[in-house]
Amino acid sequence: MSDAESPSDEFEPIEVFPDDETPDLRPGADDCYKCSTCDTNCPVAEVDDDFPGPKFQGPEQWRLKRKEDTSVDDSISKCSNCMRCDSACPSDVPLSQMHNTARAEYVDEELSKTSLTYWRNRVLANYRTSAFLASKVPRVANAAMNFGPARWAMDRLFGITSEREFPAFATETFREWWEREGGADGSRERARAARERRGEEGEEKKVAYFHGCYANYNTPAVGKAMVRVFEHFGYELVVPKQRCSGTPMFANGMLDDAERHAKVNVSSMGDLVEQGYDAIASCTSCSMALRQEYPELFDIDGIEDLAENTWEALEYLRVQEDLSGELSAATVEDENIAELAYHAPCHARNQGLDGQALELFADLAGVDAEDVGDSCSGISGTYGWKSEKYDTSMKIGDEMFEHMEDVEGEVGMTECPTCAMQMEHGTGYEIKHPLEIVESALV
Amino acid sequence: MAIEDDVLVVGGGVAGMTAALAAAEAGASVRLVTKSQSTLRHASGLVDVLGYADGDLLADPFAALDDLPADHPYAKVGVEAVRDGLARFDAVTGERYRGGHTDRNALLPTHGGAVKPTARYPASAAAGLASDERDALLVGFETLSDFDAPLAADHLRAADVPFDVRGATVSFPGTPRADAKVTRYAHALDGNDDEERERLAARVARVHDGEPRVGFPAVLGEAHPGDVRATLADALDADVFEVPMGPPSLPGIRLEADYERALREAGVNVVRRPVVDYEADGEHLTAAVVERNGQHVPHHAESFVLATGGLVGEGIDSDRGGVREPVFDCHVPHPADRYDWFVDERFGEQPYPRFGVVVDDDLRPRDAEGRIEFENLRAAGSVVGGADFAAECSGMGVSLATGDAAGSAAGADTQ
Ligand SMILES: Cc1cc2nc3c(=O)[nH]c(=O)nc-3n(C[C@H](O)[C@H](O)[C@H](O)COP(=O)(O)OP(=O)(O)OC[C@H]3O[C@@H](n4cnc5c(N)ncnc54)[C@H](O)[C@@H]3O)c2cc1C
Ligand code: SF4
Ligand code: SF4
Repeated sequence: MSDAESPSDEFEPIEVFPDDETPDLRPGADDCYKCSTCDTNCPVAEVDDDFPGPKFQGPEQWRLKRKEDTSVDDSISKCSNCMRCDSACPSDVPLSQMHNTARAEYVDEELSKTSLTYWRNRVLANYRTSAFLASKVPRVANAAMNFGPARWAMDRLFGITSEREFPAFATETFREWWEREGGADGSRERARAARERRGEEGEEKKVAYFHGCYANYNTPAVGKAMVRVFEHFGYELVVPKQRCSGTPMFANGMLDDAERHAKVNVSSMGDLVEQGYDAIASCTSCSMALRQEYPELFDIDGIEDLAENTWEALEYLRVQEDLSGELSAATVEDENIAELAYHAPCHARNQGLDGQALELFADLAGVDAEDVGDSCSGISGTYGWKSEKYDTSMKIGDEMFEHMEDVEGEVGMTECPTCAMQMEHGTGYEIKHPLEIVESALV
Repeated sequence: MAIEDDVLVVGGGVAGMTAALAAAEAGASVRLVTKSQSTLRHASGLVDVLGYADGDLLADPFAALDDLPADHPYAKVGVEAVRDGLARFDAVTGERYRGGHTDRNALLPTHGGAVKPTARYPASAAAGLASDERDALLVGFETLSDFDAPLAADHLRAADVPFDVRGATVSFPGTPRADAKVTRYAHALDGNDDEERERLAARVARVHDGEPRVGFPAVLGEAHPGDVRATLADALDADVFEVPMGPPSLPGIRLEADYERALREAGVNVVRRPVVDYEADGEHLTAAVVERNGQHVPHHAESFVLATGGLVGEGIDSDRGGVREPVFDCHVPHPADRYDWFVDERFGEQPYPRFGVVVDDDLRPRDAEGRIEFENLRAAGSVVGGADFAAECSGMGVSLATGDAAGSAAGADTQ
């Protein structure tokens, strides 16, 4: 065939696989082979032409830094830490770990400690502290935080967007409710009764609940659902002392803050793990932090043990109990949640949990949960709260909002509290956690 | 209790997705566990069955299948499995792919200006066939260095294609940054928010000299490629085609979307995490252990398909010590001396692309002594040894044929 004849000696006309795809047989070689798969998965690069993308932020910048005396490029602060690049990379390049360390270095070395950006990021990252103070006077805080002139000032002077409503603080925190319900002692009794009912008298079933900041201060209904569902399956819960999981701090390059909090969590949760408890989180970013980011970033005694024994709530019940069986035998009567628009958070995706809720509810009578596509919600924790990131955040979210509007009914569902915030902000829907659906079905 | 299905497929490339669809069609409940995105996103989007044998370009791949060595995957599954695999592909892609009307290879121009034999090609590339005698204009974008249209045209002319071809470079409307992701072009054209399609057509019209067909780099839309081409074709009064590009590739991304839709419709549950270990009762596999960021979760099934890819997909792992299949630890024959894995001549026949697990006619991996590794495990795709996908142009074809055969058999075993 003349078509395929070689036109010149240098040129190889028979192109089989494009370019340098020769598999690397060398061990320990730099794993990135520049396939750009990560770049095509990055929600920020998708809408922001000036963001160079994960391949640059990760392996390329890392190499540059090693070779020359270059400082970290400020574009790193545009990465929202959604970690999508991590699960996309076919070559196991630890991208988010590279981003996290580069960001911390950038904040350490490039960002002035007296700049407003630094302190704005620090306040956002330390959400728990603000929430803790606000929860002491929730009604005043709710009013003050969303008070027009104050919001305007925050936006102009501090860079916290006034487009968003601050999440409402619960008038009773989850922990206050938990104490009122009798704490661990109350749980033991209720769980024992449940085990008797289930014919599991001899069994030991104990879990330690990592509720995170959001379920405690803002959405205690999620924490309550967690307690009721686990007790239904005969589990005794304890709610150990805990600080922020660190997710917002990683995203803002505040690794020192994150480590301080991590130490508290690893110590209190770790002790319980040692005593045979499994650690359960209801927030997928918290479970991600405990399982992956902690051991990747910190060297704390007991961190590996904790990581290995941490589970996401439904994942745990699915593996340890016949959750799918019980759900397929149940019926939900609540009209309000008959149609659900489900968004899989990026961090759930990264843990392979993105299909779980839909799979579990497929056979649950009275509930029709529909996926709103695999796009990122765009908020990525504190990211969408920054004035300069607000537009990017909403642009990323557009695809999800559109799909949500297509779903019948006006209730959304997701595991991540900040995705829930974005879903509500973009559509006005009420947002539920899958645990709340399980609670309606089984308890 | 726990996570349990009839069939569990490990690896979500073309082979794994095909196996999952075949098993689901056989009536099995199927779960697909895969680590990261498959090589589909890098692949050109062309579906090769067999392009070359002993270095010769083949006009009809089916006529050459019988002559392949006995350890070639095609020889194991037989020609009917190749047809079944392609039929399943056609069912997944429908109108979006062409080439099913004939057994013969089509010749497609590539972004480097080479000509590539292939069995199926995206409808978007159809007007670009090298066997078509109409003259062509190739258009590149200033900011997209991967496609140098004038150079590609030179190469095509030098390859003696039966038509006249010319290349021109225009700037893409909105001038994206020099290293913009290919998806940026695609999405700009999809959305058409600033009339990118019309503006692009106007710029091309200035260099267009009445050629009846105009080729663009394959970035003409991700969600609405048909509409994008139609707008350009209308404005230019010419047929518009895409030239397949290197990774990451829009035709590959679109194909991946087609498969994901098919999997959803077939009720296959997909889990995106790696399998790191297995549980077995003697020679009977009981579970594949899925790693979830530190957590190890057994996924039980009656029958398993291994479709983790070759050296690129990490289904076959190599280091100085040797070559292995890391999930089920199946036997992978290879020379003991690693200097025997390659030959030095650049175009010499390389041993290493053929590395992979050894299977029997039922695609069950065999150990070094020829015994079945696990009675309920089959392998498919480039994890299976014996084919040099790149040199013989058989990548997708082998994955479709073995995926279909392994999935159908696994599904049938559980019913
Ligand atoms: C750059 C490039 C260009 C190509 N061009 C063409 C072409 O033009 N024409 C053609 O016909 N073919 C082409 N191919 C070949 C084709 O795309 C496929 O690579 C081939 O069909 C093999 O597919 P597969 O499903 O066996 O493996 P892969 O596509 O490699 O998929 C394997 C999957 O298994 C996953 N996996 C690996 N290990 C694990 C684990 N432990 N647990 C869970 N999951 C795991 C991987 O993440 C991956 O998703 C090309 C390939 C490449 C890389
Ligand atoms: S980091 Fe991974 S996904 Fe990104 S270019 Fe490198 S190999 Fe590809
Ligand atoms: S973590 Fe998310 S935003 Fe950051 S580079 Fe990766 S994909 Fe992009």
